[in-house]
This record gives sequence, C-alpha cells and structure tokens, in this order.
Amino acid sequence: MAPAGPRSGDAIFASVERVNAELFTLTYGAIVRQLLTDLEEVDEVNKQLDQMGYNIGIRLVDEFLAKSNVSRCVDFKETAEVIAKVGFKMFLGVGASVTNWDAEGTCCSIVLEDNPLVDFVELPDTCQGLYYCNVLSGVIRGALEMVSMKTEVTWLRDVLRGDDVFELQVKLIKQVPEEYPYKDDE
Amino acid sequence: MQFFGGSDISPSPPAPTAPGNNAHMIYVFNRNGVCLLYKEWNRPLHTLNAQQDHKLMFGLLFSLKSLTAKMDPTSAEKGNLGVPQLPGQGCSFHSFRTNTYKLSFMETPSGIKIILVTHPKTGDLRDSLKYIYNLYVEYVVKNPLYTPGAPVR
Repeated sequence: MAPAGPRSGDAIFASVERVNAELFTLTYGAIVRQLLTDLEEVDEVNKQLDQMGYNIGIRLVDEFLAKSNVSRCVDFKETAEVIAKVGFKMFLGVGASVTNWDAEGTCCSIVLEDNPLVDFVELPDTCQGLYYCNVLSGVIRGALEMVSMKTEVTWLRDVLRGDDVFELQVKLIKQVPEEYPYKDDE
Repeated sequence: MQFFGGSDISPSPPAPTAPGNNAHMIYVFNRNGVCLLYKEWNRPLHTLNAQQDHKLMFGLLFSLKSLTAKMDPTSAEKGNLGVPQLPGQGCSFHSFRTNTYKLSFMETPSGIKIILVTHPKTGDLRDSLKYIYNLYVEYVVKNPLYTPGAPVR
C-alpha cells in the first residue's frame, strides 16, 4: 500500500483533541503575567518567552510530522507555505498566509489572520517593549532547527502595539546537513 | 490524567502476513546517533556489546542512506559521495532482506530513525513504522518529563 499523501490543516485540526480556546488564552496570559512579575525586565521576558517557544518547537515538530504526513520540503518556500497553511491551522486553528518573499527566497513574512493568544489582551504603558506572542517565534525557530534549518524569526507587526495584523518575519540563515556523529577511528 | 514515565513501545505492528509476534528487534535513533530505544524479542546470537552494536547499526544506516541517495538514477542533483545530506532529502531506502531476516527502516525529516528487524517473509512495514512513530510522538515527545535526546526507558 503506498504511503498516504499529506493531509490538509483543516482535516487534522478537526481530528486532534482540542482544549477550550479561552482556557488556552487565559493560561498563556497568566504565564506572561507571572514572567513579568518574576523577571520585571521586558527584554528578559521576551527572551524567556522565546526560549520557552524553542523548547516547545523541538518537540512540536515530531508531532507535526507524524500527524500531517508531509514529506521533505524541497526548498524554503515550500517550508514556509507548509508552516503557514498546515502548521498554524493544525495547532492554533488560524489561517496564515505567506507574503513578501525577498529576491533569494530566504526571507519571508507570515501574516496571521487572527491570534487566539491575544484575545482580551491589552498592553499597559509599563510593558510597551513586550512581544506578547514571542513564544510563537521561538516555536518556529525550534521546529525548523530540528529539520536542519537555522532561522531567525522576528515580529514585524503586532496588533498589541497598534498595527493591524500580526506579521512574523522568518529568515533562513543556513541549512545544516546531517553529519556522521561518531569519529571514524573507533 | 495518565502520566507516562517512560514508554514501552508495543512490539506487534499490524502485519498481515504471519500470525503472532513477528519482530526480532527494534531500534530508534535520533539525529545525533543516540539510541533512544532498543528492544529485542528474538536474538539468539549476540556478536557485539550494546554500544558497538548501536554504533554499527547507526553507521550502517547512515552510509546506506547516503549511498542510495547518490546512486539514484532519477534524481536531478548529485553531490559527491560522502557529502552530508539533509535528513529526509533524496530517495530513502526503506528495507533490505537477507535469507534470515528483513530490516525495515523509516526516517523522518526531524532525524528520528526507526528500524525494525523481522522475519524475512514480512510484507511492507512502512505503515507499521508510521504507526510506531505516532506512538513515539504521543507518549515520548509529549511527556513533559522527557528530555529530548535522552534514551527512553
């Protein structure tokens, strides 16, 4: 029997176990609130959120590959498409689109239609430098690192800071091929 | 909520060929060559100690994968033999058979390799390997107490 082709994001989203969206939003909000209380520095909190996202990403990628059945992406463009169409749909239930490809095809923007993490959220004046959804950038970075792509992910536009959409910039730094881990002389 | 301290991957894949348990051994490696899981059910002859056995198995598969990718007559790009490849790229072999056993292999783009050694008459085990990978994801990856890269108990 031939292996099944890749499944669409909607199909998988319908089949996985889901939690209450408000519970998810409020839990995330509580985490950010607690980090702000513990660390107090907005930059520290941003870094911590990114690190948390990274740790999530390295595990999430296996689940993503198992459930979505995608085969190896041929190039970075396909990777970005897959992340936006299948990945975001499958885990957050939101659609995303890829825009703004640069000339070499190594840098693109992913625009999220909406973001369940920021329902009911407003940033106070004391936290103006905070990237509230920085965990998402860590997740993408961690996941791509496990498939041998070193990337840098930054926020271009953030609704909590006054823009109209959420826009993430994903930049491929390099592809790291697999190396034989053992020394040859043993 | 159930709490999984370490997972025991069930050895009976849904193989339609022979009844009962078919498998001799299973290995699971990650991308750095760490053997995450090794279980044997039917191995009368032990030739090497466990460490060397794992290294040999990993090395064998790494080289085989590289070789099969380079010798692919349908692929467009070909590096020189020995150039490291991205995991999952190019064609990937999925099994080989000798007169005493059959070895089935699956690799994911994240570098997780699953190897199943079974009776030679076993059919195509790719679906079973996918099933095992799903189990791995469900119980190992999602376990909050598991550190990625450590062997699974």
